[in-house]
Amino acid sequence: MSGLSIEGVSMRFDLPGGGHVQALKDVSLDLADGELLSVLGPSGCGKTTLLNIVAGFLAPTDGRIVLHGNRVSGPSAERGMVFQQGALFEWMSVRDNVEFGPRMKGMPAKERRSGADHLLDITGLGAFKEKAIYELSGGMQQRVALARCLANDPDVILMDEPLGALDALTREKMQGLVLKLWKETGKTIILITHSVEEALLLGERLLVMAPRPGRIHREYRLPFAEAGVNEDLRQVKKMPDFATRREEILSMIWEMEEEIMGRTETA
Amino acid sequence: MTGIILLAIYVALFVGSMLAVGFAMRGRQPRDFTALKTVTFGDESAVRPNRVASIISVVVIFLLWAAFTGSSLSPLHVPGPFLGETRFAYTAANEAGETDEAEVALVVHEQGAAVEPPEIGEGDGFALNDSGQIVAYRTELLRVTGNDGEGARVVAVNGQPIEAGGTVAIEGGIVGLTPRGSLTVTPDRGLQMEPIWLPSPERVWDALTTIATEGYQNVPLLEHLGFSLFRVLVGFLLGAIVGIPLGYAMGLSGWFRGWFDPIVEFMRPVPPLALIPLVIIWFGIWESGKIVLLFLAALWIMAIAARSGVSGVAIAKVHAAYSLGASKWQILRHVIIPNSLPEIFTGARVAMGVCWGTVVAAELVAAQKGAGMMIIAASKFQRTDIVIMGIILIGLIGFGIDILMRKAETWLVPWKGRA
Repeated sequence: MSGLSIEGVSMRFDLPGGGHVQALKDVSLDLADGELLSVLGPSGCGKTTLLNIVAGFLAPTDGRIVLHGNRVSGPSAERGMVFQQGALFEWMSVRDNVEFGPRMKGMPAKERRSGADHLLDITGLGAFKEKAIYELSGGMQQRVALARCLANDPDVILMDEPLGALDALTREKMQGLVLKLWKETGKTIILITHSVEEALLLGERLLVMAPRPGRIHREYRLPFAEAGVNEDLRQVKKMPDFATRREEILSMIWEMEEEIMGRTETA
Repeated sequence: MTGIILLAIYVALFVGSMLAVGFAMRGRQPRDFTALKTVTFGDESAVRPNRVASIISVVVIFLLWAAFTGSSLSPLHVPGPFLGETRFAYTAANEAGETDEAEVALVVHEQGAAVEPPEIGEGDGFALNDSGQIVAYRTELLRVTGNDGEGARVVAVNGQPIEAGGTVAIEGGIVGLTPRGSLTVTPDRGLQMEPIWLPSPERVWDALTTIATEGYQNVPLLEHLGFSLFRVLVGFLLGAIVGIPLGYAMGLSGWFRGWFDPIVEFMRPVPPLALIPLVIIWFGIWESGKIVLLFLAALWIMAIAARSGVSGVAIAKVHAAYSLGASKWQILRHVIIPNSLPEIFTGARVAMGVCWGTVVAAELVAAQKGAGMMIIAASKFQRTDIVIMGIILIGLIGFGIDILMRKAETWLVPWKGRA
């Protein structure tokens, strides 16, 4: 099996006061190379835990992650991660942030410089290469984070709510950028989001997860990401299917949220 | 008394200059964002130091200092001590019951001035005139009846009857009668400070220029100050060289953390001054003792700063570096160390301040050279001017160190507080 396989992954956290939390239970999933998967679910459904396991920051209590036939046993450069915010290195310029991965690998300065230049140009940061991180706006900082991840040429890009802290307008622009980069680089992407609309727009495949224990609730294959590559995202949102899907998923998540609330109230 | 007057004048100058500047600046407030705020009370960001007030504050301190020490720097002075000649008459009675008047001529002069007693004739009768000189701020005992024949005693001063223990005011002072029949003359002290308590600014300036050219106790001034600075720098650097790696180790390894936590947490609240006696016993009073003391003063501060710098790294940054392919060593070098620099700089500023204070205190205890030694030695000779000069120099150097550290901070860690 090529691509990324999540095979029967379970995650149990022991609580200090005794007892435990089943964050994930028997999650299995196969991703082909170049697929874009968005993951959606109510809070506490284990989305971020799943991403941290795929990234190698956490070891699952059961199951395993296999990428291109190799079992994942820790973080590595083949699985890049884009965080919500605060993961850039403030003590480096924009360029040095982007060049960080290649530099750690020992790539010659000239080579990594031209690579960084190219990425900064296509992410629209051409004029800010030598700026300090704290001089950039939140949207520009996330562009740097994307460019930094891409500069390392990972096989899989993991995004943990990368656009969650941005304002609506910037977010929309960044969604277009993510789609463009996906199409241009052909990377496999897993994107976690809280926004149903974003999950629909960006997910070629969409995973809805359910909480307690965290598990896959439903999976969709969607045409919108493909459409969004060529068309304006606002036009995509006007597609008749889009609204139906959005309503469907929203009410699904609502039901789950209410179930949680009900359960905690009776408990 | 002088203190209360001083405080009253100070408060009056504070309020007066505030009102005056407020009146003068009326309508000329800078039209920036803060000027447009309607809510300024309670808004910390709207409170910026009024630099006019800072300048006036310093000027006021110097003016008051000058006014209360009779310095020429201030056009106005509080009344000084009585200086110059004064005379009073006394009435002596002898055993026969006769009375006779005689005069006493006195000159009150500043300490160190060579003054002859004023000329006065012998006078008539059995009570003869006297003369004498008194140093300002001192009380002089006069045996005026010494030349008035056997058994003469003073019964009145300036015509006012006086008994043992009583006093009579004269021009420029007070005359008292002791139980043994002598007169005590106390010239008016005025409100000014005696130089031995508070020398005037020009005396301090004179002390500075003298010591700057001639040195103090055969050591040039710059050498005194240089020795203090040298001790601070060496002690601080040793403390940083040991403390920073120790802090890193404590931030990165559970064993180091557990091992050194009790030591660091115990030593941190012990003031370095409390270690002086032990350090002197162990290392002697020479350079090694002082440097060990300053090393200990800086060590814990730097270790704790480095530890919290490491602990303060956002886990997202470490995760990001791992997923960009960095090794543990590269993460230490490129993420953890730069991330901890702002904390280390804050610690270094605190440590430098503590070291400077500690070195002065250590030199007060025992030293042959140094800023602290200078002031303690001067105080033993009652050279208050040198003491004050030393205090001012110590303050200025400490202030200068902090400014340099802040400049270095903005230059080396510009991202501090802006993440």
